Amino acid sequence: MDRKLVKRRDEYRWLVERTGRMLVDGLIFASERLIDEMDDMVARQVSNVACLPGIVGYSYAMPDAHWGYGFCIGGVAAFDPDKGGIISAGGVGFDIACGVRTVHTGLKEKDFLPHRERIADALFRNIPAGVGSTGKISLSIPELDEVLVGGAVWAVEQGFGVPEDLRFIESGGRAAGADPSKVSDQAKKRQLEEMGTLGSGNHYLEIQKVAEIYDSQTAKAFGLEVGDIKISIHCGSRGLGHQIGTDYLKKMMLAAREAGIELAERELACAPLRSEVGRSYLGAMRSGINCALANRQILMHLVREVFERELPGAAIRPLYDVSHNTCQEEEHEVAGRRCRLFVHRKGATRAWGPGHPDLPAEYRPVGQPVLIGGTMGTASYILVGTPQAESLSLSSSCHGAGRQISRTAATKQWHGKGIMENLHKRGILIRSRSMRGLAEEAPDAYKDVSEVVEVSDKAGLAAKVAKLVPLVCIKG
Amino acid sequence: MWEHFSHQADIGIRGIGNTVEEAFAEGAYALMAVMCSPQKVQPLVQVPITAQVEGLDLLFVEWLNQILYESDIRKMFFPRFEVKISGDTLTASAWGEPMDPQRHEAAVEVKAATYQMLKVYRDEQGRWIAQCVVDV
Repeated sequence: MDRKLVKRRDEYRWLVERTGRMLVDGLIFASERLIDEMDDMVARQVSNVACLPGIVGYSYAMPDAHWGYGFCIGGVAAFDPDKGGIISAGGVGFDIACGVRTVHTGLKEKDFLPHRERIADALFRNIPAGVGSTGKISLSIPELDEVLVGGAVWAVEQGFGVPEDLRFIESGGRAAGADPSKVSDQAKKRQLEEMGTLGSGNHYLEIQKVAEIYDSQTAKAFGLEVGDIKISIHCGSRGLGHQIGTDYLKKMMLAAREAGIELAERELACAPLRSEVGRSYLGAMRSGINCALANRQILMHLVREVFERELPGAAIRPLYDVSHNTCQEEEHEVAGRRCRLFVHRKGATRAWGPGHPDLPAEYRPVGQPVLIGGTMGTASYILVGTPQAESLSLSSSCHGAGRQISRTAATKQWHGKGIMENLHKRGILIRSRSMRGLAEEAPDAYKDVSEVVEVSDKAGLAAKVAKLVPLVCIKG
Repeated sequence: MWEHFSHQADIGIRGIGNTVEEAFAEGAYALMAVMCSPQKVQPLVQVPITAQVEGLDLLFVEWLNQILYESDIRKMFFPRFEVKISGDTLTASAWGEPMDPQRHEAAVEVKAATYQMLKVYRDEQGRWIAQCVVDV
């Protein structure tokens, strides 16, 4: 990024000063290296979001920010309905509630390694993944409506898991206020066969080893020890979420025009929170969140079934489940005033600090687990929400590694088979149906997530707890 | 004629033709080429697709999103398209077959066609170009 676009505020904060129609300043969290690597478009998109009505605080960008649609990926912005605040489908993204669930297995590395090939094959057989895959459940539209209201709670009621699982999912596994009547039939039809599917692209299911602990007290509260085997699932709301995004982007372009909101980019399309389109989107988007929560719950249950069969000593239970493409209604303190805000996080993770009432009792003294996915060849991290993130970033942190090489360039540079063999030599088993998909997802096509995590930690957005390295990766 | 162009996180698709209809059909092929190897897909089953929206550029995105919808609910890839545009309305046929991830070299799902770098225009040689970035 051209340094002229920002003004350094301190070591990890860069201000995009208010000019023109901007209502607030922009604030980018980054190290010198990250700000230099960021596209100029991040500053432009941060400024554009700062122009939207009812924005409160700053228009934020997290350390992993990159050029997105309307909002940058890694963008965070909160809107106050009492000040004419808006909600934006582009500010959530097409994959509503895409997120990460990390799961305990009760196993140590030495228990798992002798069975690794067998478990990898069994997971690959049992987890539907890749383009065009369908799940084991086929639903009617009225049945799907129950999923959209119930989320992971619905999944548990159907036998995909146990009630105890729900305590370790954001919002108890169910977003309140979902309204399936605001979701189009087209969106629903795309989901009837897609519950319990992983998807493709950067979505994955990974068996990981805890390689390093940075904060032993918090690690203990999260149940993390060096040598533990954990599983992380990264996926979202599948075809339903994509269609809700597509449908409402169109509706919001008209709604913005009617409300007299000038848009610098079409993907900033939005509607006042207190408008029919705004309320409809909220009901539809929350349905999308529930779809994603149910999806990850079903996927975890499929993992549980595989382990019960293949390694009976294992105990699969969630560590936490958090989404990174959402708009959530939350209470925050801004300029000394408590207010209810609608916080968009697009490629950013909510990170509640210690004492937050939404956290399960086990985590409340230390804060929320913040789950940061890596790529199939690099590390993932678990961080914890900090007390200071509330005032720094409305309790928001980074979400993962951004791309540094485009898909088109990646397929020219790498071949799926070569990547698979190289990773195998490093002790990482890959199972994928698509060699081209693997080439596009080459670990080196992504930025180094470690730098993003370091900066999040040093800037105070979330504190490092543990580093996990991959042993098996199931890709679409 | 079609091509892909680089975009940081995603892929840009571009259809080029002597008419706007041809550019739209080529753009659709470029979309399929993100998801699979369309040259390996047989055009066995015909699916009608319509789209209606004001403005040629918005119509291009709407057309691509309708293809994504049909592809997702039918679990089909399409290697052949015929497009007619009259005013704000597009009427088309897509021909394809059920997805066979191995044979069709399936790569990645496309979440949506976006308005990013969206342009439908005639270049200096008089060719029609239709392009946008798709979210994968």
